[in-house]
Amino acid sequence: MRLSKSWIIASKDFKVFMKKKNILYSLIVVPLIVSLLLPAVIGYAGHRSGAPGMPAAELVVLLPSLTFFYLILAGLTPTTIASYTIVGEKVEKSLERLLATPTTDSEILLGKGLAAFLPPIASILGGAAIFMVLVDLVTRGTLGYDFFPNWNAAIVLFVMVPFAAIMSVEWNVIVSARVSDVRVAQQIGMLLVLPFAGIYVASELHLISLGTTSNLLIITGILLAVDTLLLFVAKATFRREEILTKWK
Amino acid sequence: MIETVNLTKKFGDLTAVDGLTFRVKEGEVFGFLGPNGAGKTTAVRMLCCLISKTSGEASIAGYEVGKDADALKIRRIIGLVPDNVGLYDDLSAYDNLDFYGKLYDRTEPQRKESIQRFLTMLGLWEKKDVMVGTFSKGMKQKLGIACSLVHDPQVLFMDEPTANLDPESAKTVRDFILDLKKEKRTILLNTHNLDEAQRVCDKIAILNTKLMAMGTPEELERSAGGRKTVIQLVQASDAILAALRKLPVRNMVVEGSKLTVDVVDPEKENVAIVDAIYSAGGHVQTVTVVGSTLEEAYLKLVRRDEK
Repeated sequence: MRLSKSWIIASKDFKVFMKKKNILYSLIVVPLIVSLLLPAVIGYAGHRSGAPGMPAAELVVLLPSLTFFYLILAGLTPTTIASYTIVGEKVEKSLERLLATPTTDSEILLGKGLAAFLPPIASILGGAAIFMVLVDLVTRGTLGYDFFPNWNAAIVLFVMVPFAAIMSVEWNVIVSARVSDVRVAQQIGMLLVLPFAGIYVASELHLISLGTTSNLLIITGILLAVDTLLLFVAKATFRREEILTKWK
Repeated sequence: MIETVNLTKKFGDLTAVDGLTFRVKEGEVFGFLGPNGAGKTTAVRMLCCLISKTSGEASIAGYEVGKDADALKIRRIIGLVPDNVGLYDDLSAYDNLDFYGKLYDRTEPQRKESIQRFLTMLGLWEKKDVMVGTFSKGMKQKLGIACSLVHDPQVLFMDEPTANLDPESAKTVRDFILDLKKEKRTILLNTHNLDEAQRVCDKIAILNTKLMAMGTPEELERSAGGRKTVIQLVQASDAILAALRKLPVRNMVVEGSKLTVDVVDPEKENVAIVDAIYSAGGHVQTVTVVGSTLEEAYLKLVRRDEK
């Protein structure tokens, strides 16, 4: 496999994304809102009753759960791009021309994957950096130390978020094979967020602790297993003959 | 350059291409003529290594179609103009071409040279920085052809390149194909436009899942039932008709002062016919040779197959 070929395909998609307002909005606005809103809510909730801030005991439980929001974003944000990058090519009917070039199926799939993976990851990590700086500013007085960065946040942001984004890309490749409308692909693609949202709700209900490294590693293991499984399905779906004769 | 022997493609129980055998020489423009669903696109997709063959053999420039090791080599030396133009509307004409040039490993100077050459040939150089989404259908089709040529392929597959184009755009595209023909490129053209096939192709294969007939446009016309000579006389007479009946003429039809006879070799037979008329005291106003058209040959073969 030649990475240069995949990079050419991904670079072309990046150029196209710059012209698509809905993609730019989903990449910039959503992570930015989350990153500004969450520290604002923490700050507001702490000072509402005239107290100097939220109690430290509550913060150490709440903040790891909020970090988990970035995992939800990692499941959500690549959906817009992945559905465009594959279904969009179907709609523009440019796939056949691309498939006729001297590139392998894996190179094209990787190129599409990189195009759908890298911008959301950059955007999510950028948003997370803003979130952590603001949270530290808001909570430093109460906690007496900077909560971020910490190892659990590192696991979430640098291991789990990429795994979740990969899962989202793979899922969208599979969905893209079965639909011929970008919006439908996005709607179905977004279903992937449900398990992540479920874990977040479970943490809020104190059914699971997201501040525990062992729990995070278990979820990481599950993500890795699902990623591997979906990779095989996505590869089997993304074959020239399948695309030209069976994709809708 | 292109050779197939009993090339077959089945989708489950459906046979899309059945035992296709043909050969295209280097520099030849070869046309696939056939109705919708005749297997033209499937045949091209097999040859471009986009879909697998069910059975049979095919090769392009010595590389074997269906052999994994040769698939990339074949795709490197061919260009495909698909039936859908397939361009990126949000990129400029230049960026579209540059993208494909990069995928074919063309260096930057090579890409620049090819892009300028083809955009200039197609009258699009002034629009090189314009988003393709704003282009007309004809301009997009021309750009699509340029995209398939940016790597200077030895063999070009064109799948109905003038379909859905207005007459002027279709003519531009056809003229461009003729320019490519002058460059001695091997072209396989899928079309159901008989006029286009006749004007552009050196050889035509009429396809309706199976190969129905193959030959030069002239050979196919002749195969449809030969030609007719129409003679407009000043006045017909029994003496003239009697004189003509002594000649080996076939299917003589008389309509007032107009005679129509079937001929195989009009250049020779018409001299004898006109001599016979003069000898019988007749006077000829006009002599016209009416050939059976490619359309007649095509319809005859396709209808016979449908029966």
